[in-house]
Amino acid sequence: MRPVLAGLAGLLLALTAALWWLNVRGDGTLQGGAFDANDPRLVERGAYLARAGNCQGCHTPRGAAPFSGGRGIPTPFGTVYSANLTPDGPTGIGRWSAAEFRRALHNGRSRDGRLLYPAFPYDSYTRISADDADALFAYLRSLPAVSRPNRPHALRFPYDSALALAVWRALFFSPGRFEPQAGSSDAWNRGAYLVQGLGHCSACHASRNALGASRDPAALAGGLIPLQNWLAPGLAGQPSQAVAELLQRGVSDSAALLGPMAEVVLHSTQHLKPDDLSAMAAYLQSLPQADAPRRTAESPAPSQLQRGERLYDRHCAHCHGDDGLGQPRAYVPLAGNRAVLRDPPANLVQVVLGGAFPASTAGNPRPFGMPPLATELSDEDVAAVLSYIRNAWGNRAGAVQALDVQRWRSSVRP
Amino acid sequence: MAQRLLACTGCHGEDGRAASDGYYPRIAGKPAAYLFRQLRAFRDGQRPYAPMTHLLAPLDDAYLRDIATHFASLQLPYAAQPPSRVDAATLRRGEALVRHGDTAHDVPACQACHGTALTGIGADVPGLLGLPVDYLNAQLGAWRTGARHAEAPDCMAQIARRLAPQDVHALAHWLAAQPVPADAKAEARAPVPAPLRCGSSSAAEGAR
Repeated sequence: MRPVLAGLAGLLLALTAALWWLNVRGDGTLQGGAFDANDPRLVERGAYLARAGNCQGCHTPRGAAPFSGGRGIPTPFGTVYSANLTPDGPTGIGRWSAAEFRRALHNGRSRDGRLLYPAFPYDSYTRISADDADALFAYLRSLPAVSRPNRPHALRFPYDSALALAVWRALFFSPGRFEPQAGSSDAWNRGAYLVQGLGHCSACHASRNALGASRDPAALAGGLIPLQNWLAPGLAGQPSQAVAELLQRGVSDSAALLGPMAEVVLHSTQHLKPDDLSAMAAYLQSLPQADAPRRTAESPAPSQLQRGERLYDRHCAHCHGDDGLGQPRAYVPLAGNRAVLRDPPANLVQVVLGGAFPASTAGNPRPFGMPPLATELSDEDVAAVLSYIRNAWGNRAGAVQALDVQRWRSSVRP
Repeated sequence: MAQRLLACTGCHGEDGRAASDGYYPRIAGKPAAYLFRQLRAFRDGQRPYAPMTHLLAPLDDAYLRDIATHFASLQLPYAAQPPSRVDAATLRRGEALVRHGDTAHDVPACQACHGTALTGIGADVPGLLGLPVDYLNAQLGAWRTGARHAEAPDCMAQIARRLAPQDVHALAHWLAAQPVPADAKAEARAPVPAPLRCGSSSAAEGAR
């Protein structure tokens, strides 16, 4: 017995040591950057970077003071509440050093060394350069201080334990840095840096495993946003000019960004420099596109298509046209629209039930909105009209059933 | 503009004249500043109604102002109000509250702020006629429980908390039963000095 016990104890010790080592590697020593936090140019650059990272998307609750924190981020493991990033001493980051701020971005640790939950996407932010981290810090330090104590997360057991978080980090997080790819253009590298780092696109545009870690974040093959039930589509291989236009204006002649991405456009991407948008779009276009998944859903029954066509004539054709071509700059075409054909049809269900506006932007200040039809159409109606638009005008995609409509109704509203 | 705002008129009726389902309120002809404040409150979560919050989330203040101005500019005839389903005593209590308030409970008359004709004052104070009874009940109830609130000092919340549930019921039914005058326009000035200070007025906003 004794050798077995000794062996087990040794194994436990080794595992603990490994867990400890995997959680502190890359921490380095806390060294502050030598910079003037009051330099207005640095503060301005930090403000731009905070836009690029859409930091306020999580750290400014609706209608609250900028960056005062407390917005709930719903996850399958419970709700994580964002932190107060204003320079208030007791409740914000007023007592933080630049080095501690860098460590939070790069290594996911709070000022007191506590591990941070990865809803704060430090698996992306670990690639932010030290200079950019310092600029962000200078910007946040320039904001008006707001006294608002951080709200404790509401996570279920065992996800609320420090041990579970340490194990998660050991399995899925490794600190890194952005390494420019030799032989690629400066613009491509700039795009890669923004997409992989500050932009944290993979937080939504990559699927997650059962423990909430991104699967193959670099591929940006698309993923379903947990609980919100919006599908963030694959970004690889998309034509760069169209992508840059969508990020800037929120709409193009053939597409509109809706749902959570419309808010990203409103608060973040429309404010980015055209060079940065082009760089990001060029990088995304260069990513290899994953093979389209094999279609599993069946073709719709003729009776469902007839019902769908009748409903389309009554509720949709007025704007989207009998030919499904819509009207440029106003109503998106449905014929040949990638968003209409995508599986699962989660976004279609959300838009038909809840309606949607694209973002108001400098390039499209008064966007056309889609009316919510939840009070007019039953789940069977929604399924029929979606099956119809997915199989009219040369479109070919699987049937949508009433059960799908129930399934993709959002369980969480913002 | 109407083509851009089909997302609004789907529920609020053609040109925002109110829908037939008896809940979604008329927005046409309401004061512009009032409408803007409501749109912003829905978007920013101060007026909690998820479908509106979700719809308005990607829109900036400039567009919300344009939307408010658009609907405020539409002067449309009102449909006849449906006949009331409550007894005469309830309606009398409702009318007394609207015209005279209830001094014992420190409740001012609705007319004091919303105008003698109850068609609103200036750009801030909405009219109270032509609204569905369910909508009126829901709003006064929401103010009592704190689910709906406005900028401090939140005068409507103070008043609603002083109203007993049966009083809310009575004045909602009386208001919903009144015909709307043919040229229902907001009056320029309140008939008497405001009995309470309200944060949701342009004057209060200017003072901040």
